[in-house]
Amino acid sequence: MTVQEIATHISGVIVEGEKHKIDPVECAFASDLMSDVLTVNTTKRIMLVTGLANTQTIRTCEMSEIKVILFVRGKKVSDEMRELADDNEMVLIETPLSMYRTCGILFNLGLSPVY
Amino acid sequence: MMNFKFLVEGGDFTNAGTASSDVKKMMKQLGVESSIIKRTVVALYEAEVNIVAHAFKGEIEVTIDEDKIYVKLADEGPGIPDISQAMQKGFSTASPKVREMGFGAGMGLPNMKANADILQVNSVVNQGTVVEITNFFNVNNG
Repeated sequence: MTVQEIATHISGVIVEGEKHKIDPVECAFASDLMSDVLTVNTTKRIMLVTGLANTQTIRTCEMSEIKVILFVRGKKVSDEMRELADDNEMVLIETPLSMYRTCGILFNLGLSPVY
Repeated sequence: MMNFKFLVEGGDFTNAGTASSDVKKMMKQLGVESSIIKRTVVALYEAEVNIVAHAFKGEIEVTIDEDKIYVKLADEGPGIPDISQAMQKGFSTASPKVREMGFGAGMGLPNMKANADILQVNSVVNQGTVVEITNFFNVNNG
């Protein structure tokens, strides 16, 4: 599934990294806890689904080699987060949908969990 | 051999992770295997966030040799009274502010251990903590 396909299915808007919109996403992990994100161990192209919107979300993904972040519950990306994401060639998506609904839709569409 | 130092301010969540980010870029430039880069920066980032979350200030010293990277993080802060307790998953003394940032779940030290070939933690209460991380470039980490 591509970044653009994901955004379309969950009423999402790509707010950073539009140039990567046709990049594939192989699996997803959902968490608001960055310590848990840092334990994820995969070489696949992974997307983080989270309701935590701050610079440490971006930093955590930088360390974890996660290139796509989907912010749920209408959380807004700040300019600082956008800059940091741009430096690391990441894609940031915002959706007004809840975490549970977002995950349910994407799971039904066949986007695999990491574990 | 390359040697770098970074200063970390306690409570400065805006800049937390900049040292880890710089180390990641350096390791990439040196052509270190990506799985080893990831393990190293995850351990280092957890340790860097710990300084920001718990200490007044700290210094990170990074030494890169041909075969390994050694990182020493020394902070001035409250210290850890019981290191074996802090190494247990789920144990945390983090403030609500730290938890709001997505940390403080008691995963930091266990995650550092999982991502370091050698991890040493020494602490003196009311003085500070020294965390040392060593990762080798040429070993199979399975």
